Amino acid sequence: MVSARAVAETVTDPELPMLTLADLGVLRDVTETENGVVVTITPTYTGCPAMDAMRADLSVALHNAGYDAVDVRTVLSPAWTTDWITPAGRAKLAKAGIAPPGRAQRTDGPIPLTLTAPPKRVACPQCGSPDTELLSEFSATACKALRRCRACAEPFEHVKEI
Amino acid sequence: MSFDNAYEALTEDNDTRWAFGTGFVDPLAGIDTSVPSGVDAAELARSCLWLGDDALIMSHRLQEWCAAAPELEDEVALANIGLDLLGQARLLLARAAKADPSLVPAVEQSDEDALAFFRDAADFHNVRLVELGGGDFAFLMARLLVFSTWRLAVFQRLVDSPDQVVTAIAAKGIKELAYHRDYAARWVVRLGDGTDLSHERMQAGLNAVWPYVDELFDSDTSDGAALRAEFDAVMSQVITAGTLSRPPAREAAETRSLEPLLAEMQSVARAHPDATW
Repeated sequence: MVSARAVAETVTDPELPMLTLADLGVLRDVTETENGVVVTITPTYTGCPAMDAMRADLSVALHNAGYDAVDVRTVLSPAWTTDWITPAGRAKLAKAGIAPPGRAQRTDGPIPLTLTAPPKRVACPQCGSPDTELLSEFSATACKALRRCRACAEPFEHVKEI
Repeated sequence: MSFDNAYEALTEDNDTRWAFGTGFVDPLAGIDTSVPSGVDAAELARSCLWLGDDALIMSHRLQEWCAAAPELEDEVALANIGLDLLGQARLLLARAAKADPSLVPAVEQSDEDALAFFRDAADFHNVRLVELGGGDFAFLMARLLVFSTWRLAVFQRLVDSPDQVVTAIAAKGIKELAYHRDYAARWVVRLGDGTDLSHERMQAGLNAVWPYVDELFDSDTSDGAALRAEFDAVMSQVITAGTLSRPPAREAAETRSLEPLLAEMQSVARAHPDATW
């Protein structure tokens, strides 16, 4: 029988199906106990509507692999950060045309207002050029920003650092 | 379970996976929601309810801009911000219900739905700032700037809450609110420091929102005063950068906007309590 962890690690993200929940760092822990499998996940965003889908996918995958009792728990703290996306996850994002996030900022005390978007060096996932500009800090899903490459003129999405 | 794109995943047999309508499970499922000793459960519930109501009503006002924003990018931004706030509302209302079940209307609904859709206006505790109806895009940006600046400062204090659930909600919310505030602040500056017309409308938007600022702060306490000072510092920075002026003090009028808002927001849930989609 395949270990529960190995099964859970194959489950993909509903909105970024090229990535597994493990790649994304959403899958926090998988424990096999006498009473069944306990899976813990942490939402990427508070309003993430995909959480129920993730929970259902994990349960279905584990049931199909022969695990009858599955308990999927949500852990809110510590809050998810893009720093948890694994190197494999970053490579898959780039391959899918989505620029992976850089390092998330850590601030103690009041968060300073940024009236102009701080310049970021985000390479174009299509042509590799570092000459890209921000179009919008919000995109098709809550976790991504929209950018455009000045070299190849293609727009692309960038996973925001949080 | 690997797909080339998100649409392929939709065609799978088990379609509960895209349960984006009804049938949401408790957002606090699997989370320890016992009230820590030394914490007054009723008071905890009340503060979560207030914060949840603010997020819920503000989210609704943002959703009203779907298909009405000036540009596609802003359409997406406003929907994203509304979704973040709806997420905060879900968790906070669920937290309030767990801490004090007596708050929840007795209907066959999940706690969050019962609180959102089956309470009347008199039982909502949101600030009037989020109720205000109508207004142009400049007004919306002024309101979003005030709301997210205030809420960000509040959440930064809530991370020290004795309640672990509140701490976690706040820690997550801070990251979201910082984006919301920057977005609104940049628009306020861009419109304020734009053409004569955009400047005029931005100033009018700010003036219309300003009477509802005082209600956000309990200036009688030292922490309330500190919160206000933090808020004022951010406002000054934006007002100066946008070549705007600080609005004159003016008495806040009653809004009378909550009833019509709820009539719309709650209509489907009340007319079809068993509906699923």
